[in-house]
Amino acid sequence: METFDLLAQGLISALQVHNLIYALIGVTLGTAVGVLPGIGPALTVALLLPVTYKLDPAGSLIMFAGIYYGGMYGGSTTSILLNTPGESASIVTALEGNKMARQGRGGPALATAAIGSFVAGLLATLGLAFIAPFVVKFALAFGPWDYFALMVLAFVTVSAAFGDSALRGLTALFIGLGLGLIGIDLQTGQTRLAFGIMDLLDGIEVTTMAVALFAIGETLKTASDRDQVNAEVTAVKGSVWMTLEDWKRSWAAWLRGTFIGFPIGAMPAGGADVASFLSYSAEKSFSKKPEEFGHGAIEGVAGPEAANNASAAGTLVPLLTLGLPTTATAAIMLAGFQQFGLQPGPLLFANNAPLVWALIASLLVANFMLLVLNLPLIGLWVRLLTIPKHWLYAGILTFATLGTLGANGAMSMGFGPVRISFELVLLLAFGVLGYLLRRFGYPIAPVVVGLILGPMAEQQLRRALAISQGDLLVLVQSPVSIVLYVVAIVAVGLPVIMRMRGKGGVLSQLATDED
Amino acid sequence: MTTGSSSRERRPDGAALVIAAILAGLAVVIFWQTSQMRLPPLQQRVGPTVFPYVIASGLVLLAIGTVVSAMRGSFPERSKDDYAPIFWIIGGLVGQIMLLSVAGFSIATGVLFACTAKAFGRGPIWQTALIGAVFSFVVWFIFAKGLQLSLPAGPLERLLTTGSF
Repeated sequence: METFDLLAQGLISALQVHNLIYALIGVTLGTAVGVLPGIGPALTVALLLPVTYKLDPAGSLIMFAGIYYGGMYGGSTTSILLNTPGESASIVTALEGNKMARQGRGGPALATAAIGSFVAGLLATLGLAFIAPFVVKFALAFGPWDYFALMVLAFVTVSAAFGDSALRGLTALFIGLGLGLIGIDLQTGQTRLAFGIMDLLDGIEVTTMAVALFAIGETLKTASDRDQVNAEVTAVKGSVWMTLEDWKRSWAAWLRGTFIGFPIGAMPAGGADVASFLSYSAEKSFSKKPEEFGHGAIEGVAGPEAANNASAAGTLVPLLTLGLPTTATAAIMLAGFQQFGLQPGPLLFANNAPLVWALIASLLVANFMLLVLNLPLIGLWVRLLTIPKHWLYAGILTFATLGTLGANGAMSMGFGPVRISFELVLLLAFGVLGYLLRRFGYPIAPVVVGLILGPMAEQQLRRALAISQGDLLVLVQSPVSIVLYVVAIVAVGLPVIMRMRGKGGVLSQLATDED
Repeated sequence: MTTGSSSRERRPDGAALVIAAILAGLAVVIFWQTSQMRLPPLQQRVGPTVFPYVIASGLVLLAIGTVVSAMRGSFPERSKDDYAPIFWIIGGLVGQIMLLSVAGFSIATGVLFACTAKAFGRGPIWQTALIGAVFSFVVWFIFAKGLQLSLPAGPLERLLTTGSF
């Protein structure tokens, strides 16, 4: 089969020493930021973009993907030992995992999370390799109207379908879309909403926005929150190994988690957090010992951890084949591709096949690295959790401003006699925005996705209307776009009905929050 | 009134009304700025003004929705936030922005570092500023010299890398 050949060639390239080093740096950094509460893969990739500007594109992208995968692994450690999720997709893991840790079964909990992540990552990456060529073949026939419908669907699922309020999700999205308008219109050269400021002509950088919302916003929220408790790290006691019974109870949960997580990531249907919640409720209903749930059931760790990794791999399907980011991390990875002059989408597979397949193959390699990093070396990561908050956040802000200056260090604004950096002023302003969004219960991811996807959606819309000479009906004339709009309507309508029937509690748990 | 089970009558959520006003304000700015654009007549059918108008209209609808939500009191409960740490961090960022071009990366970022640590209750500020400046210099050295990132240098950086101001 053709896919095998391409994947094999990709593997050869992924196993070259320099690519292995990039993958290793990526998974190590990813695990570290996954473990640390308050920073996630989205922020890390955003901070690394300016640093990698002069590096090799393939290597940098391999590193970014490694960070994404690593973040999913690392998050589980924090959930299990600290009861504070390291990233949003690990919230469920804390439910059972922390209970296990308190009973002295932290070792097996970490083991089932790591092995489950490995199994899911492996299967889902293979799934990505085999599905991607089909999607690409299909997508080559897409017209601009189909792409526009696809983006509308992504807007809807990322903002309105999950979370406790469609209103706040859509508001966050429209803030992102509004900010995306700023700058020179690519088709006509007209300036929009720049208010005469030169620095705004190029628009607002996705990375500045992401760093501000995630790093500054999160730091402000954590520092000001009086209610937060200082969680204690539960030490890993007893055997790290899983017993035979643990294995028996875990393996089916891993597979179920994978089959739940991968499609959710692959169809723009929400992030890894959604997948992990669905997997948790599935495990609860499949379990032979449902009474153990809430008291440290190992299935409740195995399933969701597999699901969030599988969904991370799934997210790469629309990102690579259609150029469609459906999570904040994917949105920033898209910015990473663009930085190297690459546009993800069906043409990327045709024009840059070696790069794409090296990236996919390196994910398989990264998975093996992560298993090694997370099982024997777990003690090292646990120590990261003991860094005091004041040093942690002071360091995060240092790197946040460093990355922003690195991307655009021009001191282009005057404040009296002092020259100041406009990019840092934006960083501060959006940081305050990020704090306010968090304070009033608005999700963050739709702002980032709206900012990057808004201008792309506008391009497709105008292209479609130019072809049809202004006839709006062109938008709903292809079967693909009709199907996509129907799915979008269901995605908005179903939660509304569920909320009206008093099942909103489940949905608010599914809040698509961070990465 | 709107929630039958609640015995206490809910007052409209003031902060949510402010948010609604801001959203409406944003919509007005987009409408007004877009209407100021001068377009050659040929472009006008689906030109660069269509999308801004759509988004501004969406913002108006969302502002109305937010008002309704505020009247019903359906915003999630908010944690009681302390504002002092926020002012420390924002102060640190403003300090860094103002100092960067004159004092260079390490000193300016040391100030940010100290203010952030202070926001989390760690002082004294002279000590954390010193630690921050040293840390920032190490980071500056790695990224500016090792990875060729353009980061502003000041007297401290010049002194330590070239031996003169």
